[in-house]
Amino acid sequence: MGLLSKKDAALITDPFADNNPITIQVLGICSALAITAELKASIVMAISVLFVLGVGNVVISLMRNIIPSKIRIVVQLIVVATLVIIVDLVLKAFQYELSKTLGAFIGLIITNCIIMGRFEAFALANGPWRSFLDGIGNAVGYGVILILVGFFRELLGSGTLLGFKVLGDPIEKTGVYAFGYENNGFMLLAPMALIVVGIIIWIQRSRNEALIEEN
Amino acid sequence: MSKRTDSNLYTMLFAIGMVLVVGTILAFLASSLKPTIDENKRIEKQQNILYAMGVNENDESSAIFVSKENVASEFSKYITKQLVIQGGKVTEDQKAYLIDIKKEQTAAKEGKERRLPLFVGEKDGKTFYIAPIRGKGLWDAVWGYVGMDANMVVQGAYFDHKGETAGLGANIKLRFFMDDFIGEHLKKDGSFKGITISKSNNDPKNIDKIDNEVDAIAGATITGDGVSAMIKTELRKYVTYFNTLKTN
Repeated sequence: MGLLSKKDAALITDPFADNNPITIQVLGICSALAITAELKASIVMAISVLFVLGVGNVVISLMRNIIPSKIRIVVQLIVVATLVIIVDLVLKAFQYELSKTLGAFIGLIITNCIIMGRFEAFALANGPWRSFLDGIGNAVGYGVILILVGFFRELLGSGTLLGFKVLGDPIEKTGVYAFGYENNGFMLLAPMALIVVGIIIWIQRSRNEALIEEN
Repeated sequence: MSKRTDSNLYTMLFAIGMVLVVGTILAFLASSLKPTIDENKRIEKQQNILYAMGVNENDESSAIFVSKENVASEFSKYITKQLVIQGGKVTEDQKAYLIDIKKEQTAAKEGKERRLPLFVGEKDGKTFYIAPIRGKGLWDAVWGYVGMDANMVVQGAYFDHKGETAGLGANIKLRFFMDDFIGEHLKKDGSFKGITISKSNNDPKNIDKIDNEVDAIAGATITGDGVSAMIKTELRKYVTYFNTLKTN
């Protein structure tokens, strides 16, 4: 790769698979449960986290030598909260509809442990460019799982994707519903998100033996 | 290996400095964007009120408001009167739609007489009475606008929420839920009963309009209960006014 050294490229690709924040590090589970009942929300959340984690990692990295270690967690929180509020205010003023869709996520972004985790584990010890790559990599790795879970939950739970009735109309009994298919309401509840994440972890581990711990 | 940044003094100064910087940035941003944000909220209120009386650009499945550009002219065209009901008194107020329901509810708790805004609209020779309502969902506030005729039969409803769960409670603002309210009676045998979001309604196509029930959303029990409660407590306050209207 011309633009990125091998080590830098790994920052992006690792969190995507072998070091995925959700399935391997098991971070960010709370938001993965809370907002994946529909695909659209998952996508919006993935993009929001991409922005906040990318920019936040750079800011923390730039400040890493002046942050007093005793209050570094508080400083990290303030940086995330500030970023999120700025985005929220700007959207409210110029993209009102979008900001309403995002409203529910604002709090969830601030408390997302992936963000604090990456600040603490990476940005505090690395330069801005590498921190940026790490942020993007982790956010994409998180987003992919979120979108995957959202896809299955919305499809099997509501029979829709992005709000479109891809399986037919459950009330009018068209499409697959004509053959007696029923939506699984359980898919819409949080426990199923955990089970779907569990299945993804299972598949990932069974395909990659390096991930299996020795007892 | 004590570093410069470990000293208590440095930590204190850093904390103070950071709070000042962040506070200044956010305060500046918030105050400079406030007029634009307030304007957006005003437009949204007018759009919501018009939506509840059927003035919207809905397509087959999604809820679409009249456009931002047209909303002011449409609002003055369709909304003929804006009333404020306070105690037994009914007054007209061109700014009634700006009344903050949340503030009114708080004031009522402190013993003040609540101001109840009611918007009267005319469309195709029919008269609509639109009332704003506000209550609690699972996570945060839920609110809405209910358009009724003089007999308190719902003609249109718009619901919204601050932070209900996406895909579950958040679906109260989708057509499949809001449209169920159209035609539904708020009164039963002449007295006010409200509309219950029911899990045992067993009427998915919502054919029965006089049962004071609409179908609940699966997985959104508490949001639904919140909407039921909000309809009951808030619209009940308007019953005295509706009783004074001449009905046929």
